Amino acid sequence: MKNRIFLLFILVLTLGLFLTACGTETEEEGTDDNSGTETEGAEENTKEATEEEAASGDYKIAMVTDIGGVDDKSFNQSAWEGITAWGEENGLVEDEGYDYAQSNEKADYMPNITRFVRDEYNLVYGIGFELKEDIQTAADQYPDTNFAIVDDTVDASNAVSITFKEHQGSFLVGVAAALKTSTDKLGFVGGVDSPLIKKFESGFIAGAKSVNPDIEVDVQYAESFADAAKGKLIATNMYDSGIDVIYHASGATGNGVFNQAKDIKQNDPEREIWVIGVDRDQHEEGQINDHNVTLTSMVKRVDVAVQDVANRGMNGEFPGGELLEYGIEEDGITFATTNEEAMTEDIITTVEEWQEKLLNGEVEAPKTTEELEAYEDSL
Amino acid sequence: MTSNSKHFGLLVPIISVIIGLIAGAIIMLLSGHNPIEGYAALWAGAFGDSYTIGETIRRSTPLILTGLAVAFAFKTGLFNIGAEGQVIVGWLAAVWIGLAIDAPMIIHLPVAILAGAIAGGLWGFLPGLLKAKLGVHEVIITIMMNYIALHVTNAIIRNVLTDQGTTTEPIAGTASLASEWLQSITFYSRIHYGILIALFAAFIMWFIIERTSYGYELKAVGFNRHASNYAGMNVSKNIILSMVIGGGFAGLAGAMEGLGTYGTISVMSGFTNLGFDGIAVALLGANNAFGVILAGLLFGVLKEGAGEMPTTAGVPTELVDIIIALIIFFVASSYIIRWALSRFKKEGK
Repeated sequence: MKNRIFLLFILVLTLGLFLTACGTETEEEGTDDNSGTETEGAEENTKEATEEEAASGDYKIAMVTDIGGVDDKSFNQSAWEGITAWGEENGLVEDEGYDYAQSNEKADYMPNITRFVRDEYNLVYGIGFELKEDIQTAADQYPDTNFAIVDDTVDASNAVSITFKEHQGSFLVGVAAALKTSTDKLGFVGGVDSPLIKKFESGFIAGAKSVNPDIEVDVQYAESFADAAKGKLIATNMYDSGIDVIYHASGATGNGVFNQAKDIKQNDPEREIWVIGVDRDQHEEGQINDHNVTLTSMVKRVDVAVQDVANRGMNGEFPGGELLEYGIEEDGITFATTNEEAMTEDIITTVEEWQEKLLNGEVEAPKTTEELEAYEDSL
Repeated sequence: MTSNSKHFGLLVPIISVIIGLIAGAIIMLLSGHNPIEGYAALWAGAFGDSYTIGETIRRSTPLILTGLAVAFAFKTGLFNIGAEGQVIVGWLAAVWIGLAIDAPMIIHLPVAILAGAIAGGLWGFLPGLLKAKLGVHEVIITIMMNYIALHVTNAIIRNVLTDQGTTTEPIAGTASLASEWLQSITFYSRIHYGILIALFAAFIMWFIIERTSYGYELKAVGFNRHASNYAGMNVSKNIILSMVIGGGFAGLAGAMEGLGTYGTISVMSGFTNLGFDGIAVALLGANNAFGVILAGLLFGVLKEGAGEMPTTAGVPTELVDIIIALIIFFVASSYIIRWALSRFKKEGK
């Protein structure tokens, strides 16, 4: 008898467990209201679309997101904004001339890519290094379609690799963080420990230490780009230990960092704590009452790069087989100055001085842990 | 936990799927989408041409195996929430063998597959041992073992299999389940021979449970641990055995992903969800080996076909997830309802 009640209890627990497992997925994607209305709108326009599309040349582009999803407030979203802008510029309609496919798990990448190939899209973007193998395979299998991978490299004559000099941008926000901190303790929250995120980490530390070699940087990895709870936990520990500026390079995990900073600010508006955003200008994420905890953001213009490649492809100059590296020089990397209260004239001026040094080659931002060590020794 | 009437047991999952689909249709209607178009897209996405059929089979393969992993442990009254972790270690072990050993295919491939099964089995052994000897609840341990598997595997990929990279080299061709021939007839889908292994595993489960005295003991322990003990069965041994075999099935699912679909293993930023979906598959399949095959195929169809719904029918991906969740919900709740009903019947006597 007792055993049965216990079993029922376990059953309910189990049910709850995998319902929550399903729940987090939908929750992540459920936050975006736009996608629904957008698709609806597009559906109504379908008839006009076919005519319109024929007029605007038949170049169609599409992107496949990584697990973060198209509304990750980070680089997937930025890429989609770029594609949307490009599509509107060329008079295309969503679902006809440009489209995206959401990936909920790794197994979705390949079917999503292949679907676009079979729907005769001319250029398919894979957003994020997790799609590297799948884009490589697809490029080998479908030589008539063009592919692009963002944040990694592939080797095929019909595919272009789009990378960014994140270390440069991270260096600049590192400088800004070092100028802003009053405790000389900074935090770095990474998504998944990988060569890509190491570029952010190395650049940030190098930038901070260039201003003040005694600054301590606490580095933590959440091992996920989609775990906001983990981000919040790490941020709690960091802020409690006296860190006052956290730079996150962790996609949707970073939303937890923002939440924690805003919670602290809500309870104690006098306390000076900051978050540095990544990929997009995350000014909106940091707004709490009259305050804003976003000091600046390392802006990676995925949208610029995506549009650039789309334009080249449409004009028949697709840079197949090339490695495109967007940095400060190419307008691919900038830092945000939206928070005018926090980013004072002095800070901006100093950061711009360092930007000048990076541009003319006087300083080289480190990309790896080894390069960072060498850089620190040279200080 | 099986129902008295076999027909009843078959009917409940089928009805739940239908109710789930109807509920999904209502939600599509309410949000201004055409459910017929939506389900047509789902169908086309899963069976539209040879490519999608290939991908559907590929996606079903590990789901069948994780479904078996959960169902097998359930026969002994154990909740194997750890299929997720067992998948991950099985994947790692299979790829590791695929990379490290140099041997002809006839040796290499079976060894790699077995390595996956053994790794998964080991990952099931520990919770089984703790449960049997110390009475620690297997749900808690297996959940924790999932995290251990995830993070240990990521660390091994970074530090042992690669030099701080995120993905290993592809495995040697002699350890690969992938087939050029199968791929060429399915427009380069990633279908591989693993489906045969999954079907064979289901047969093995059926054979052990229904045709051997081991299986009889396992079931007996599941029905009543104390009576089994009184009847002279070794309860501890059966609990451990059940978790090990269940873990072995999940490990095989990981090996399928490693040797068949991807040929590599990458640093994972979260769970694969294969193990968690396996719970739903086992539930839908009423913990019966052949039911699990059908349920695994259904899940494969839903997940694969769902990808087509946003592009063709304009149904947002979010809605597709809701529909899948609804089906699981109705299956799970019908299960509870049925169980509650049988409880009341017995108490009324």
